[in-house]
Amino acid sequence: MCDKPVLYYFNGRGRMESVRWLLTAAKVQFDEVLLTTRDQYLKLLDSGDLMFQQVPMVEIDGMKLVQTRAILNYIAEKYSLQGKDLKDRAMVKMYSEGVMDLNEMIMMLPWIPDPKAKLEEIEKKANERYLPVFEKALTGPVFLVGGKLSCADVYLLECTLMLEEKFAGILADFPNLKSFQGRMLQNDAIKEFVKPGSQRKPQPDDVYVKTVLEIFNMKT
Amino acid sequence: MSEKPVLYYFNARGRMETIRWLLTVAEVDFDEVFLTSRDQYLKLLENGDLLFQQVPMVEIDGMKLVQTRAILNYIAEKYNLHGKDLKDRAMIDMYSEGLMDLTQMIRLLSWLSDPKDQLEEIEKKAKERYLPVFEKALTGAVYLVGGKFSCADVYLLECTLMLEESFVGILKDFGNLKSFQGRMLQIPAVNRFLLPGSKRKLPFDQKSLALAKQVFNMKS
Repeated sequence: MCDKPVLYYFNGRGRMESVRWLLTAAKVQFDEVLLTTRDQYLKLLDSGDLMFQQVPMVEIDGMKLVQTRAILNYIAEKYSLQGKDLKDRAMVKMYSEGVMDLNEMIMMLPWIPDPKAKLEEIEKKANERYLPVFEKALTGPVFLVGGKLSCADVYLLECTLMLEEKFAGILADFPNLKSFQGRMLQNDAIKEFVKPGSQRKPQPDDVYVKTVLEIFNMKT
Repeated sequence: MSEKPVLYYFNARGRMETIRWLLTVAEVDFDEVFLTSRDQYLKLLENGDLLFQQVPMVEIDGMKLVQTRAILNYIAEKYNLHGKDLKDRAMIDMYSEGLMDLTQMIRLLSWLSDPKDQLEEIEKKAKERYLPVFEKALTGAVYLVGGKFSCADVYLLECTLMLEESFVGILKDFGNLKSFQGRMLQIPAVNRFLLPGSKRKLPFDQKSLALAKQVFNMKS
């Protein structure tokens, strides 16, 4: 009998959210240990469970995996979400890394004192650099690569939803993306995940930022 | 007959250097096209050769791969430098990602007008967070993972050499790492790569940075 993976992170999206999305799309149930105090974090550090002293960390299949991409790669390969051969895997990786660059920009927003300029930059890059690529890739195909659901589709869905939270209607000029989103949201597990009360985390707020700063003993 | 991969980047280390290392160790000959003007870059854009308008880009096996990790993963998998099974790959990815975090910190030094604080931060993190992990992993082991040469070993070698450039003697307290380095330097392809006149590059300097800013039309 397999144990459920256990996710160790703060009570917020951050770098763990893509992992939550991918496990959900793979229909893998998971538990979470949410870090809320510095003491709890220090105990975790002392236990030697964090290879590079960092979270995210995921206990899975007897391992304590750290480094977001290592975790995502493991899940994607284990549940056949990374492409059927070497060349498909190259496309999946290229698309995934592009989406992750954009997600990273959005992730950094709560940590910027005056985010207005950054928001403009994100909207510009999304509209000019990233969304057109995926719009084109989805002209005709149902999924991004090889006619098969891959982790790239999951990261793209996550990204488009986060973009719409900041820029309502940003997909107005990207109908293939809008249709793609609609199709992905039909998936049973994903449908449950986007409902209130799921393990999906809300947008970061002041409480989240304050908690993380306290945990790392950093000044505001 | 296979054509040689072609690397598109500046005549400097940057994000392409790790790719140069990996191809070298895999004993794959490659050609390079150096970016030298904004016009040249705009032509590449117009041709649609840069999926996200960025370099590194590597033409390989009929594809124009972008995104450093997508390129590295493709090479590692193609030349069997990626671990024998899923669990070994998880270890390789963890080690690789940790090393990439550290290498990225060192790379960013070139962009700083006053690197003193960042240098101290890098030395501290190297000695406290990263090097001890690899020192431990190499206790009684010839390679980092599964008794088999992998891309993680290549990234570790590259990283330790870069660290020694900034912090002479930093490996003094890390006997296993020093031995590991010694073993790796015995590999003929590695040996050749470290000789003058090889394809190994220098870090970005004032001149190449100015060129990069001009090519991408960035404000100084």
